[in-house]
This record gives sequence, C-alpha cells and structure tokens, in this order.
Amino acid sequence: MNLTLILFYVLAAAAVLTAGGLLVSRNAVYAALYLVLNFACVAVFYLLLGAPFIALAQVTVYAGAIMVLFLFVIMLLGAEKLPKGDVLPWQRPLAIVLAAVLLAEAGFLLFQKLQTTVILPAPGTELNATEALRTLSLQLFNKYLLPFEVTSILLLVAMVGAIVLTKKVKGEPA
Amino acid sequence: MSAEFGGVPLYAYLAISAVLFALGALGVLIRRNAIIIFMSIELMLNAANLAFVAFARQYDQLDGQLFVFFVMTVAAAEVAVGLALIVAIFRTKHGIDVDQMSSLKG
Repeated sequence: MNLTLILFYVLAAAAVLTAGGLLVSRNAVYAALYLVLNFACVAVFYLLLGAPFIALAQVTVYAGAIMVLFLFVIMLLGAEKLPKGDVLPWQRPLAIVLAAVLLAEAGFLLFQKLQTTVILPAPGTELNATEALRTLSLQLFNKYLLPFEVTSILLLVAMVGAIVLTKKVKGEPA
Repeated sequence: MSAEFGGVPLYAYLAISAVLFALGALGVLIRRNAIIIFMSIELMLNAANLAFVAFARQYDQLDGQLFVFFVMTVAAAEVAVGLALIVAIFRTKHGIDVDQMSSLKG
C-alpha cells in the first residue's frame, strides 16, 4: 500500500458518503453542504491526477460560486424542507433498481470492454509542472480559442436569462 | 519523488466516477425537491468530469482537462438559468415539489 493509494481510498469513501448524504438528507441546506464536501473531494482527485488548474477551478467555481448560488436560493425561498406529501409507493424501489442496473452496466463496460488496468503516474512525477500549465493555457487560447469565445456569449446569455426570468412584471402583485 | 508515492490504477478513478454518477441518477429519481434534483445533476456532471481528467492523465493529453473547463462554464450558466426558473416556479406555485408541476398551463 503506498501513500497515494491510501489517500485515494480515504477520499473515495468520503466522496461516496457525502454523495449518499446528499441523497438522504431531509434538509436542503445540509444537502448543499454535503455537495460542497463532495466537490472538495473531487478537487483533491484532480490534484492526484496532476491537474492543478482544474482542481482550483473546481474549488472556486463549483464549491465556491455555484454552491453559494444554491444556498442563496434555498434560503431566499425558505424551501429547506418540503411538506410531507403522498409518495408513490413503487417509486423508490424502482429507482434503486434502475440505478443499480446503471452501475452494473458501467462496471461491465469498464472492466470487460476497456483496458483500464493501467497504473496512472503519481502526482508530481512530471518533470516540469509549470511547463504543463503553460501548455494548457497555450492550447486553450490557440486550439480552443473559438469555444472559449463562445463560452463568453453563453455566460452573457445565461446572465440576461436569469435576470429576465426573475424580473417582476409591472403591475403584478409581489 | 519517493517510492511510496506510487500511482493509482485508472479503473479506480473510473469506478468512483461511475458510482458518483449512479448516485446522482438515483437522486434525480427519488427526490421530490427540485433544488436537490438540480444538485444531483451537478453531481453527475462532476462524475463525468472526473472520468475526463482520468483519461486525460492516461493518454497524457490536455484536451480532456480543457473539456472539463468548458463543462464547468456550461454548468455555471446552467445553474444560473435553472435556479432562476426554480425561483419563478416558486412564485407561481408557492412550492418546489416536482410532483406539483403537473399542469402545462398556469
């Protein structure tokens, strides 16, 4: 057992537990906080995979910006808990069976059809980490320049859309 | 780098990615709170991102990492619009239970 592998298993357990916590928590605020923890675990996976830029983007964009937006909306609406309603009796078992089938299919694909027993190199084994970051940014602004610019338009559209959707129509009561 | 910092096999990353994706799908199916369903979708996106970065590591290509970067920006835009929709629905229906959203008009 090497140290990276131990770290990986601890993080994997934490990621699965927090994802489970997201599913079972009754309070939406707790669910959001579980998801923040899950994103943090995945950020450390990215570090282990030698992707420091993506790891930091994950922490700032996902665990930071997106989850703050979620928490803000949950608290704004006061929708932490739903009133108990009539639940379809067969919905939950059926959903669990379907998710298990999905997992089994994914497992079959991963372990039977793909060659996935490769050992990935440990983090920090690159000769030059700054050089890797440099290559990443050069690719982003050369090969992927058009998608990058389209992204700015997408964000603008999302911003306008969010404002238009939540704007109160004149004369409409609260 | 010392010898005890060995690598992790690729299938371990893909397995954790598959488990997180399945849990996200399960969350979409069993929860009735629209915000939690939305968070489960984020969990699924994140699982896909993890597989992308793992494969990028295997093939020593940066394209996978850049694709994750674009997925993150699209997810940010999606969350902004989606939460605005949830706020708009909450105003008209006074609730975010997806079982209530069964009428096409009004």
